[in-house]
Amino acid sequence: MEEMKEAVLEYVIDEYVDEDDDIEVAFDTPLISSGIVDSFSMVSLKAFLERKYEVKLPDDEATPEAFDTVNSIVALVSKHTS
Amino acid sequence: MTRSAHDSEKGVALSNIGSYEERLENFDWGIAREVLSWSDDELLNIGAICSDRICARGHADKVALIWEGFGDRKSTYTFRDLKVRSNGFAQFLVDQGVAPGDRVCLFMDKIPSLYFSFLGVLKMGGIAQPLFCAFGDESLEVRLASAGTKAILTTQKHVKKVRKIMERLPELTHVIVVQGNPEKLKDGEVFFDVESAPPVEEFDVYRSGPETPSVLHYTSGTTGQPKGAQHVHGSIWGQVLTTSWVLDLRDDDVYWCTADPGWVTGTSYGIIGPWALGITQCVLDSGFTSSRWYQFIQDNRVTVWYSAPTAIRSLMRDGEEVARGYDLSSLRHLASVGEPLNAEAVVWSEKTYGLPFLDTFWQTETGSIMISNYPGMTIRPGSMGKPFPGITAAVLDLKTHEPIEEPGNVGLIAFRPGWPSMFREYRNQPDVYRGKFAGAPDGAAPDELRANPDLWYVSGDRSSIDADGYYWFVGRDDDVINTGGHLVGPFEIESALVEHEAIAEAAAIGKPDKVNMEVVKAFVTLNPGYEASGDLELNVMNFIRKKLSPLAMPQEIEYMDKLPKTRSGKILRRYLRAIEWGEEVGDLSTLEDD
Repeated sequence: MEEMKEAVLEYVIDEYVDEDDDIEVAFDTPLISSGIVDSFSMVSLKAFLERKYEVKLPDDEATPEAFDTVNSIVALVSKHTS
Repeated sequence: MTRSAHDSEKGVALSNIGSYEERLENFDWGIAREVLSWSDDELLNIGAICSDRICARGHADKVALIWEGFGDRKSTYTFRDLKVRSNGFAQFLVDQGVAPGDRVCLFMDKIPSLYFSFLGVLKMGGIAQPLFCAFGDESLEVRLASAGTKAILTTQKHVKKVRKIMERLPELTHVIVVQGNPEKLKDGEVFFDVESAPPVEEFDVYRSGPETPSVLHYTSGTTGQPKGAQHVHGSIWGQVLTTSWVLDLRDDDVYWCTADPGWVTGTSYGIIGPWALGITQCVLDSGFTSSRWYQFIQDNRVTVWYSAPTAIRSLMRDGEEVARGYDLSSLRHLASVGEPLNAEAVVWSEKTYGLPFLDTFWQTETGSIMISNYPGMTIRPGSMGKPFPGITAAVLDLKTHEPIEEPGNVGLIAFRPGWPSMFREYRNQPDVYRGKFAGAPDGAAPDELRANPDLWYVSGDRSSIDADGYYWFVGRDDDVINTGGHLVGPFEIESALVEHEAIAEAAAIGKPDKVNMEVVKAFVTLNPGYEASGDLELNVMNFIRKKLSPLAMPQEIEYMDKLPKTRSGKILRRYLRAIEWGEEVGDLSTLEDD
């Protein structure tokens, strides 16, 4: 679980946060509601998760709320990998 | 058939429009002047009308803007605040050497300064060029180069994209950062925070007239790069009257338009229409979640809500239960724009909110609502409604371009030119402008085309009309992709895709999507040495997201050995689209042989 959290956090920072942005992203930082990740970009984040963890995340569960923090993302992925 | 807003318990007893049929009989655009209590000696400048004029009419202390950002950030501004802060921007731009007629790009999130600066640019005679701040550097460059933009107002968060392209934009001489840390500016950039600057009580507003250019919005087409649709200060008559009759705004309303001013809805109905009428509006600058939106409505007692089908379908997906957790009883009128609103969403909104979302249809080019459902009118869920009074609309035969008289037959939605908010030109593209008019004489100038009552402006969308005059949307007449209510040009995506080192050729189409109506799907062939893989697909998606925008990002990529082409080598997008949508592929006689 911790390893997955670190990997997802790293991906989010690499892909959605610029180096000189004054933004600290942690496991519980809101991503969607804060605007760091917009709803369209959720698709590429979902694609990353599905490929890396070899899961299929149902569209009706991949909601903005479920993708709003690294913690909630990991909980969703874990539900479908366990 | 659902009940009309008149019949709703929460519906309005008397709407601004009154009887649609009576308005048709007695229409004159001059009614917009009556709605504003306009005197002919007044200055026709949208920036001043939306701020100074409201103050002069005794409403300086009325709340103009309730703004909320992410977290607990909230601020409220009166019309006096609008006046002095827009004056502040206007004076600052003049002091910087920006002159009337110069294009000034506004490239920022929905922060208060976006709204102040929009009015400020118009007050000093500049042309406001708002752009969606999620655009990547390439999308930004194309639009700034096309407009010959002189100044850009942006924030520390977005200025990085400007820095990447500055050296290729010689006409862009002013980079003004309006929010962030001034110590992080680079050489040549200027910092201006209007909220900490001294208030500018008086500004000598530019003496604009009805044909003075005001707002420049970019829109995508099938071929070539995006086109700049130029609007004028005289557009306000169309925007004011449609705001009054379709959105039904009154003095005591709290109005929420969810659109970003980077798109035309966010300026015509997120700034100009409501503020010209002195209406309190609220803005939420935060990412979408259902609970956040409902909280916003509840906290601010929103009465009129103008949103988009994509958002409505997202709210539907999250279910009625989420809505029941909030007090939404303040809502009295709902409207929608951006793409056709499906019947299911209309029925769901009535069940959930006690009010149907009323669909409205218009475009960047039309500047104001053209076809709509109206308060008090019987709604047919899934229908676009009927033409606005004063708008002569028709559905034209696909080949002859003659109006179709037979109900139910599909054709091109078209309008007789000349309504006040109609765009005046595509910037520097007179031939493309002329191409929008059926039967346009060769070489006719834009003002001749607009004044010719025998021509039709062809919208690019298809519909039918039923026996009772309701319009029913069918789809686009071209390859432009409508995703989440935003038009995305396939050419722009394809051009960016082939800049990726792995991609040799590309085609982009819209594929069906439950929430966004369409999303981008790309078909690509690979360069030697590259192999199709999921990792490459993700890499390409992120490449386009950063270069163009999240809207343009393909949500699916299909690898092909070769793309279908005509014998002359043109990629057959319609063939790919037909297969994706499960439609007839049509005449393939021009398809290149294997």
